Amino acid sequence: MELTRREALLVAAGGAVAVMAGAIGLPAFAAEGEAQKLIDEFTGGATPESGKISLSAPEIAENGNTVPVGFEIDSPMTADDHIETVMLLAPANPRPGVATFHFTALSGKAAASTRMRLAKTQDLVAVAKTSKGAFYMDTKPVKVTIGGCGG
Amino acid sequence: MAFTTTVKRSVVGGVALALAGLGISASLAQDEESGRTNLPSIEGEKLLTRLKSPQGHPLKWVVSGFEFRTRDTQALQLDDFSNPAFLWVERGEEAWSTAEGEAGKSCESCHGDVEDSMKGVRAKMPKWSTDKNRPMPLEDKINQCRKERMGAEPWKWESDQMLGMTALIGLQSRGMPVNVNLEAGDMMAWWERGQKLYYTRMGQLDLACANCHEDNNGKYIRADLLSQGQTNGFPTYRLKWQKLGSLHRRFKGCMDQVRAKAYKRGSDEFVALEVYTAWRGSGLSVETPAVRQ
Amino acid sequence: MAKSKPRVKVPKKAKAGEVITIKTLISHTMESGQRKGKDGKPIPRKIINTFTCEFNGQKVFETNLEPAISANPYFEFNMKVPESGTFVFTWVDDDGSVYTKEEEISVE
Repeated sequence: MELTRREALLVAAGGAVAVMAGAIGLPAFAAEGEAQKLIDEFTGGATPESGKISLSAPEIAENGNTVPVGFEIDSPMTADDHIETVMLLAPANPRPGVATFHFTALSGKAAASTRMRLAKTQDLVAVAKTSKGAFYMDTKPVKVTIGGCGG
Repeated sequence: MAFTTTVKRSVVGGVALALAGLGISASLAQDEESGRTNLPSIEGEKLLTRLKSPQGHPLKWVVSGFEFRTRDTQALQLDDFSNPAFLWVERGEEAWSTAEGEAGKSCESCHGDVEDSMKGVRAKMPKWSTDKNRPMPLEDKINQCRKERMGAEPWKWESDQMLGMTALIGLQSRGMPVNVNLEAGDMMAWWERGQKLYYTRMGQLDLACANCHEDNNGKYIRADLLSQGQTNGFPTYRLKWQKLGSLHRRFKGCMDQVRAKAYKRGSDEFVALEVYTAWRGSGLSVETPAVRQ
Repeated sequence: MAKSKPRVKVPKKAKAGEVITIKTLISHTMESGQRKGKDGKPIPRKIINTFTCEFNGQKVFETNLEPAISANPYFEFNMKVPESGTFVFTWVDDDGSVYTKEEEISVE
C-alpha cells in the first residue's frame, strides 16, 4: 500500500494540522463518520468507558506501511468474566476497520499486538467488550511521517 | 568530539517539526574515548554500529543505518522472530538443500552445512573473480553456481528465491566486520569507478550520493532522516517495501528519487558502486538481514 | 511469495496455569484491493482474513483481519496453559487457501 504523491501531500498537510491542533488545544479525538458507525454497531449504542484498556503505538511511525500496535486490558480473564472481543480502528484510513480480536478464558491475558498500515496521522481506536457486556475504549494518536526518501 | 555533535540535526518542513522530540539521538550519545558500552546485540551477538573512521576516509565516523532508525524499527531487527526477513531466510534454508538442475545437485551437495561453509562470505562481498575478471556481488556468485555447477536456471536478481539465498548466506556473517579486499585483481579500478559515481550529480534534482549521505547525513530531508547510505544490512527488510530487497534495488530507489534514469540491477555501474560503498562501511558489523524504514 | 509460509514461536515447556506468550508470522502480501496495477486497473483484494489459535481442540484466540494489517501479518498474544497438548494455528486466505502449523507444549 504505497502512497501516491497526492496522498503524501495530503498526509503532510494533515500532519501539520494535527501539530497545530495540538498546540491550540482542540479536542484530540472525534471519530469520523464510518468509524463511529462501526463503534455504535459494536457496542449496540452504549457509550464505552475509558480506563481498563490501554492502546500502545509509536508516537511517530517511521513508515505508515508497518506500524507496531498493541493493547492490554485489565480483566480477570475467568470463564464468567473475561474480555470477549476487541475492535481496532484507524478512523482516517480509507477503510477504518483494522482487525477484530476474539479472546477466551484460555487466553489468560487480554492483550495482543500486531503491525498495521496507517494512511496518515490520526488517532487509533480500540474498543473492548467484556463477557458481561461492558465496553471500554482507548485512543492513541500516531503521527505518520511521509516525505523525503522514506515516504 | 562526541559523535552527537558531528551529526547535525536540522529540521525542515512542517511535519518534521513533530519529529524534533524523537529519541533517535539517544542511542548515538556515547562517549567516543571510552567506546560504546551498550552495543546493540541479536541473539547475544554484539553489532558494531559505529566506529571512528581510518585516516583518509571521507567520513569522520562510520555509522550503520541502524543508528538512524527509531527504537521501534530497531526492535524489529533485534529479535529474529520479530524480523520478517526471516520468512525469506527460511525459504533460503529450504532451497540450500534442494537439488535442482541437470547435475542433480543442491548448494549443500558441494558446500555442506551453510553455517560452516558460508561464514564470513558476505563480509567480503563484492569479491574479485579471476574467472570473470570482475568483482562479483553475492547474487552473481549464486547464479554462477546455479548455471555452471548445478545446470539450473539462474534466479532473477530481485526474486524471492534470490533474496532468500542472499539473506541466508549473509546471516552467516552477521556480526563480522565488512572487509572488502581491494588488493585483488583490478578491484581498485572498480573502486575508483564507484567513487566517481558516488560524487557525480545526476537526474533532474542534480544530486550525487555524497550530497545526501556524506554532506547531510543526520539531517532531515523533509520528514526523513538521512543516513550514511551504508550497505552492511542488505538484503534488508524495508517497512516501505513491506518485503526484503536487494542493495541494487535501494540504489535504483535513490536514483529514481533524484529523477535520474536508474542503472539496472547487476549492471557494471551498480557493481562498482557496491564495491565503493561497501568499502565506505569497512569495519561495520554485517547486519544482514537488517530492518529499515 | 509463491506460497505463504507460517512461523510460530511457542515455549516448549510451561508450568500448569502459566501464562505464556505466543508469536506468529506468515508471509503474505496482504493486497489491499485499493491499489492500481500498471495497467490502471484495481488489483483485487487478496488478504489473510482469519487467524485462529486452538489448543487441544478448544479455541484460544482468533483475529479477523482487514486490509489495514501489514504485509506478512504478525500476531503476539497470550495463553494460560492448563495441560500438555497441541496448538493448531490456522490462517485463511481470501482465495480459500488454508495454512496451518502445529506446535506441542509439555506441562510439568
